[in-house]
Amino acid sequence: MEFRKKYILPVKKISVIAIILSVIVFMSFGLKNEPAITITRNEIVNKDSIESVKAFMDVYRVLMSPRCMNCHPAGDVPLSGDDYHLHNMSPQRGKDGKGLYAMKCSNCHQPTNIEGLNKPPGHPNWHLPPANMKMVFQGRTPNQLAKQLVNPKTNGNKTLAKLIEHADDGLVKAGWNPGEGRTVPPLTHEEFKKAWVTWIKTGAYAPPVK
Amino acid sequence: MITLNINKKTYNVEVDPDTPLLWVLRDTIGLVGTKYGCGVAQCGACVVHLNGEAVRSCVTKVSRAVGQKVVTIEGLSEKNDHPLQKAWIELDVPQCGYCQSGQIMSAAVLLRENKNPTDKDIDIAMNGNICRCGTYLRIRNAIQLAAEIQRKGK
Repeated sequence: MEFRKKYILPVKKISVIAIILSVIVFMSFGLKNEPAITITRNEIVNKDSIESVKAFMDVYRVLMSPRCMNCHPAGDVPLSGDDYHLHNMSPQRGKDGKGLYAMKCSNCHQPTNIEGLNKPPGHPNWHLPPANMKMVFQGRTPNQLAKQLVNPKTNGNKTLAKLIEHADDGLVKAGWNPGEGRTVPPLTHEEFKKAWVTWIKTGAYAPPVK
Repeated sequence: MITLNINKKTYNVEVDPDTPLLWVLRDTIGLVGTKYGCGVAQCGACVVHLNGEAVRSCVTKVSRAVGQKVVTIEGLSEKNDHPLQKAWIELDVPQCGYCQSGQIMSAAVLLRENKNPTDKDIDIAMNGNICRCGTYLRIRNAIQLAAEIQRKGK
């Protein structure tokens, strides 16, 4: 008994503590910024998860602002206004994202903004994402959105190179020319593009799940 | 000088290209079936067809209509015998009548694209046309009747 108390029980205690510590160490490797997806190397200049996530948080602020999120709703009706309310008249997404029946998007949203308060803003290609790939921003956490953005199966079949180009897409840039009475995103387009490209080129990391 | 094709006729008008189509139709040409309700594309009273699609003429510059085909309520049919017009008369849909041109023009797009609309389809299609008199139930019934007339080729 003396031998057991002196030698065997401490060994058991130490063993248990060692196992618990090992588990904690292994688990801690999971709590890191993760690459949003396995990606090719061409667009990655210098993998830097800290810099990548920092840049993405700027991207996230812009994409969750009304000018972007209003056309990336969770439902099939676009949002409207700076308070993200449902678009008046409830125009529907439709199969191709271009609306239905008498309320196809381009019926009212013409190639250019119509001047004046409460008049429809415009762009030659006004539409929502299609029904089979809704590219929802509304309700997405930073982790979810980052992963969605770099996955070709959820981002409109874009490679990273195409994703980088997308910052200069006409409809994206239209968010900074929204017409009278509408606020612009929280960063300038130039700042947004810089954050976007930085995020991608430093590895397109997704912020950790919170 | 702007040349327009409206209801299969050609009109030459001297107007500023930025003039809303609604005012060219009403004031310049004299087609007053299309109405002004809000001026901001929110009520649907001004709906006309541009190449078959329902546009809101109060926010559509006349320059957009150049070289295109415009159809107003007056030109929906040659003898006022479009299935919708027949159904509207049969069910006595209008009260004051102000919104009804726009209602019919929007419904015409629905029936062209959906020969057998459900109530939900009608809701979706007609949500952009408001009626202060509240004739919505009769509008819905008339669209269903018009669909039936259309299917039977009457």
